[in-house]
Amino acid sequence: MTAQLQRRQTPPGGRVAERGQSSGYRVAKRVLGYTVLIFFAAMFIAPFALALANSLKSRPEALASPLSLFPAEPTGRAYREMAGTDLPRWTMNSVVVTVMVTLGRLFLDSLAGYALARLRFPGRALIFALVVAVLAVPPIVLAIPRYLVLGQLGMLDTYAGLILPLAVDAFGIFLMKTFFESIPREMEEAARIDGATIFQTYWRIILPLAAPGLLALTILSFQASWNEFLHPLIAAPSDPDLRTLPVGLALLRGAQGESQDFPLLLGASVLITIPVAIIFFTFQRYFIQGVTASAVKG
Amino acid sequence: MRALRQRAATDERVAGWIFVIPVLVGIGTFLIVPIGMALWISFTDWNGLSPPEQAEFVGLDNYRELVTAEGDPRRDFAMAVRNNLYYVLGVVPAQTAIAFILAVIVNQKFLRGKGFFRTAYYFPSITSSIAISLVFLFLFQRSGAINQLISGLLPGAEFRMNWLDNADGVLHNAVGLVGVDTPPAILTDTSVLGLSLWQWLSGPSVTLFAIMILATWTTTGTMMLIFLAGLQNIPPDVEEASRVDGASALQRFRLVTIPMMKQPLFFVLTIGLIGTWQVFDQIFVISAGGPQKTTLTPAYLIYREGFQNFSMGRATAVAFLLFALIIVFTLVQRRILKPERA
Repeated sequence: MTAQLQRRQTPPGGRVAERGQSSGYRVAKRVLGYTVLIFFAAMFIAPFALALANSLKSRPEALASPLSLFPAEPTGRAYREMAGTDLPRWTMNSVVVTVMVTLGRLFLDSLAGYALARLRFPGRALIFALVVAVLAVPPIVLAIPRYLVLGQLGMLDTYAGLILPLAVDAFGIFLMKTFFESIPREMEEAARIDGATIFQTYWRIILPLAAPGLLALTILSFQASWNEFLHPLIAAPSDPDLRTLPVGLALLRGAQGESQDFPLLLGASVLITIPVAIIFFTFQRYFIQGVTASAVKG
Repeated sequence: MRALRQRAATDERVAGWIFVIPVLVGIGTFLIVPIGMALWISFTDWNGLSPPEQAEFVGLDNYRELVTAEGDPRRDFAMAVRNNLYYVLGVVPAQTAIAFILAVIVNQKFLRGKGFFRTAYYFPSITSSIAISLVFLFLFQRSGAINQLISGLLPGAEFRMNWLDNADGVLHNAVGLVGVDTPPAILTDTSVLGLSLWQWLSGPSVTLFAIMILATWTTTGTMMLIFLAGLQNIPPDVEEASRVDGASALQRFRLVTIPMMKQPLFFVLTIGLIGTWQVFDQIFVISAGGPQKTTLTPAYLIYREGFQNFSMGRATAVAFLLFALIIVFTLVQRRILKPERA
């Protein structure tokens, strides 16, 4: 035991030498590690770089030399032509839907998450089980059922039909519930003793404390609804004016047939990526928090 | 005091229900009621256009056509399951293995730039599937970046693979390379669910293979993050203790890291399996189920039957069969790989 303790206290260099690692071996390990990491980083970044580069080329140049990262004769033609398509309209639709869905989720998920985390009421366990069950139903299985219900409610080809089904989201309830459970109870008990109602406590005390959780939920639902393709595809089947960006882009590719205007398609892909990229680089740790939170629950 | 506490409890009961009612209404309207209605639709011949109450009740006909009765619907469904099976068997192991290796390397203490690599790997996961499909459509053109890159790496040979409209199975092509051109009669003559054994065994088509590369590329980053979180959860003492006990790096990896990673591994496989059975967006943009139905998947079949062939009854039947398939696969996987809960 004493021997072990002593060994533990030897400096790192000594420990390495003890296990017989030469400095050559360490350098080789490092080189190998970086080679693998950089190779994959290049693989993951290259398609974005190529998309951006080719969106700035003329159509013939994009076809002839798709691999060059620097356009021989850079042109903004693709971006200028986008203004003449329905792209601005799709962008507006995407913004409206994304903002409304995100606001809806923030409100509904935090209310339900708080109730499930803190309030004692009959049926709580059952409702929580229901939320978990809902998480398990694959969206593609829901596509036709939702089309059916939206039709019955007269909500096909309306903003309400695009927004409301996405505003209910079991994962967000999960996320908020976990977050509220991590807030110390003393705060709200003090407020309640001072005579605040439950809603006042929730609104004035709990929500501000839960700001990081709300921010994580905002970012995750912004990203999810901005990229959502299946739901807007089936919820607005016959009104082209209600297409969102992903739906519009996917159909733009179809409409062009064999001779694709790739610089334009790539430019539009770059544009649709920018908002999510900005949010991602600003709030990266919340994305990571979201992924790891879901992993812990799995 | 007691009365006060009693009132507080009543308040909580009322408030609790008021807080969850909006969500319950939403779940009811957009999840539970639709699933119930869809179950009923799957027993009718509803075309999606006329009022559903006018649809005729056809009993189990939609399911029978997909599973037991000979004909095109069954052949298409079998084809879709076949294609998706290859997709799952290719994408899930690839994304899991690459993600695990990358997470282990990123987590090494002697390497720097952890944040940069994590960002670079994860970024594709958060971007629009449609945008990424369009980019890959461009990269996989016959004169596109992928073929030019391969040509550059293989000097002297002009590589011009037709990626995007190529129904040849990759296993079929592989045996073709060793000189087997015509499959043995036993494989072409025996048919299972309307497809010959040869069709079942010829592997994903080249086009589906390209979509599998795309899918692996997009999802690996998420899986890597989950593994990385798992690795960072291994208490440093455990590592340190095994180090002190004289375990080599390889032994530590096998005896400490792998057992501690069972839970994340199980989670990654589960979400990988569930996700790959639902592939839709990429197929919609890149191949629309073709060429020769080799990229048809159950998810795309649901869309095609429902919204293009106006046969909602059959489409919902496919949806329920797909749901059942996902549940069965998840349960089987859980059986085989059940992690010990802490």
